[in-house]
Amino acid sequence: MSTASTQTPFEPVIIGFTCNWCSYRAADLAGTARIKYPPNVRLIRVMCSGRIDPTFVLKALSEGADGVLIAGCHPGECHYLEQNYKALRRHRLLQKTLAQFGIEPARVRLTWASAAEGALFAAEIAAMVDEVRQLGPLNWPARPVPVATAPAEIPKLSEVAA
Amino acid sequence: MASDSKPETQERIGVYVCHCGTNIAGVVDVESVAKFATEALKDRGVVLARDYTFMCSVAGQELIEQDIHAQQLTRVVVAACSPHLHEKTFRGVCERSGVNPYLSELASIREQVAWVHTDKTAATAKAKAIVSGTVERVLKNDPLEAIRVPIDAQTLVVGGGIAGIQAALEVAEAGYDVFLVEREASLGGHMAQFDKTFPTLDCAACILTPKMAAAGSHPKIHLFTWSEVEKVEGYVGNYTVTVKKKPRYVDEEICTGCGICVEKCPIMVVDDKFEAGIGYRKAIYWPFAQAVPNLPVLDTETCTYYVGGKGGCKACEKFCPTVPNAIKFDQTEERVTLRVGNIVLATGWDLFDARRIPQYGYGRLPNVFTNLELERMCNAAGPTGGKVVLRDGQTAPRRVGIVHCVGSRDRNYNRHCSAICCMQSLKTAHLVKERTGAEVYNFYIDIRTPGKEYDEFYQRILDDGVHFVRGKVAEVTDIPLDPAEASRNGAGTLYIQVEDTLAGMQRRIPVDMVVLASGLEPRRDSSEVGKTFGIACSSNGWFIEKHAKMDPIATMTEGVFVAGCAGGPKDIPASVSQGSAAAARVLNYIRQGELALEPVRASVLEEQCSGCRICNGLCPFNAISFIAERKVSEINAALCQGCGTCVAACPAGAIQGTGFSNEQLFAQIEGLLRDFSREPEVV
Repeated sequence: MSTASTQTPFEPVIIGFTCNWCSYRAADLAGTARIKYPPNVRLIRVMCSGRIDPTFVLKALSEGADGVLIAGCHPGECHYLEQNYKALRRHRLLQKTLAQFGIEPARVRLTWASAAEGALFAAEIAAMVDEVRQLGPLNWPARPVPVATAPAEIPKLSEVAA
Repeated sequence: MASDSKPETQERIGVYVCHCGTNIAGVVDVESVAKFATEALKDRGVVLARDYTFMCSVAGQELIEQDIHAQQLTRVVVAACSPHLHEKTFRGVCERSGVNPYLSELASIREQVAWVHTDKTAATAKAKAIVSGTVERVLKNDPLEAIRVPIDAQTLVVGGGIAGIQAALEVAEAGYDVFLVEREASLGGHMAQFDKTFPTLDCAACILTPKMAAAGSHPKIHLFTWSEVEKVEGYVGNYTVTVKKKPRYVDEEICTGCGICVEKCPIMVVDDKFEAGIGYRKAIYWPFAQAVPNLPVLDTETCTYYVGGKGGCKACEKFCPTVPNAIKFDQTEERVTLRVGNIVLATGWDLFDARRIPQYGYGRLPNVFTNLELERMCNAAGPTGGKVVLRDGQTAPRRVGIVHCVGSRDRNYNRHCSAICCMQSLKTAHLVKERTGAEVYNFYIDIRTPGKEYDEFYQRILDDGVHFVRGKVAEVTDIPLDPAEASRNGAGTLYIQVEDTLAGMQRRIPVDMVVLASGLEPRRDSSEVGKTFGIACSSNGWFIEKHAKMDPIATMTEGVFVAGCAGGPKDIPASVSQGSAAAARVLNYIRQGELALEPVRASVLEEQCSGCRICNGLCPFNAISFIAERKVSEINAALCQGCGTCVAACPAGAIQGTGFSNEQLFAQIEGLLRDFSREPEVV
């Protein structure tokens, strides 16, 4: 990291959602195979990419992540038969929503990685880190308008009316 | 958050950072991570944090146990390897010490940090973030009980090839009932078609037929040949399977297998299944002489009676000597429901269709054969009585070329190595040379002989004087380059054009016969079969095992096991081993009597459910149903596999997912993002 540049390059923080069966195991394999990738991604394991609620992505972005990676099994290889297709649909929809918020859709990337694709998964992470680094910080927490994410934080209708 | 603030929770969390020798400690500053946990995460309930050489060792486990007792820990976080490796270990530690096992979490700082990063500062910072996320998550964990399901002692084996037979025999020998379902009319699979088996050259029938007979006559094995599994419902220990019995038009109970019907049938058709298209069979036929069960089957597509719109012939019925008559023209499909606890899938493979490579001429040039055709030809019980001859049925070839890797290791067709073709080609070379004295050429990319006595066999074939040319064959043609080549080699000669990569030159070798070592492919219907049994295929079509190395028999679906070539190309010893291994796994489950399943399940909070039914269509396991009277959806816990798609989809937040709840995941996100460089570094 020590370059002649005086300015520290921006290092994005990315939250990665991985499914228990394919992409988390791809990450495991990248580890056992000692394949190197940038340390900017922190992974969260869920059972299936179909479990990924779009609010998880918004939560991560609002808590300070500069990007979110969603990784599932390849289409047709889902342990739960077809739930990765649901992740695919939600991702498409979410990207449209993000664009309307003024957030670059590239900050939320969907990828497939089988349990045998450690190298591919590592390469995907490296590519995403590069891309988000180019985009610069999202800096959502510092944005003027606070964003409520958890339903609990939304005031009850009765309170608002009162 | 200030590090000296009071804990915001009553929970008492212990954090353990593993060195894993130098695996983790070589890259991550483990002491700093432990210090970070005690200081920065004090407000999150961390009461102690330690680093230790090997947390998974007996001493490491005892360390946690002692702390749980001495410090009244209520939750445990271990920062070490992947949960897929040691989650069970540390859950066990908690359970032994009186803490609910699901109140522990394993944070992967080896696979996800130490092994993939080199910058120590960044790696240590990431490890801290992961520990922070895991601590937040564990705070939201609920104490859970494993789901216990009883195991039905009956077993279903699908596929009656050598792997399936082996699995069925082993389970039956242990004293448990097995239903063996085979799509074809007889047990035996591909192995029954082979002549000799490498490298010992013992005859396939001599070693296979006794096993077939043993399976066929075993009191605990219930055969369903000429049958297919149509539907599978339920879950490990409690599967309900619907088997479709196709009509044989021969009564299984009455037929004695005397064979007079076969003898009297006047219709002779090409047998493109067992005899690989080079032999014949009758319209009512046995798949082969040693078929188990010894029952003929009638082919309605060629039988005169059926072709003629149910009229005429009936020779088989007329001559059937049994009373009552065993021929049943009015037989129809039958469905049988079976209750089983475990399922072994040994559905085998299909041969690569060599027609797909037009430049090799199969199907166009008569004297280009497949390896399976050669197997039948070499077999003494085969169509040529064991003679190796050209397509005319009589001429022995003088020059034979064997082309390896046909449809395998070829990015145009299949990338995989079919694993058996090298040895099979060497065996074919030996048999052809032995029977015809022909000059035999092998065209190979690499010779792969990794099995026991395999390379010795290769050396023996080399000593036999078989020629080996290293290079991928470009073309097989019957067109000579010029009249001189034609007159030199005679009519009907095939020319094999190949680059000899060892000599660095083009070769053009004239032969009389070409044998294509067609590779193994997944069954054409493997993806539908996979769906029926709730297991997945890889992109190339083989069934995916739970773990390629550590669990090659089990699948992602509990109680469904894969043996033999259904999971990828294998030779006979490997298929037999997998059959035995699958049986061992099944017997293990049967003997346990009940099985503990991960309590990751979804459930509906009725009072929050608006009855919108969005979740209903999302479940691939049909676990969600709508209760019309109460206008709410309900999840059947026995059918739920815990993917969580419905949890994510419920607009009312009415579906709870144990193990991966919204609260756990939100907390983990907060924890992971709490300690970044934007916050002051804990020193």
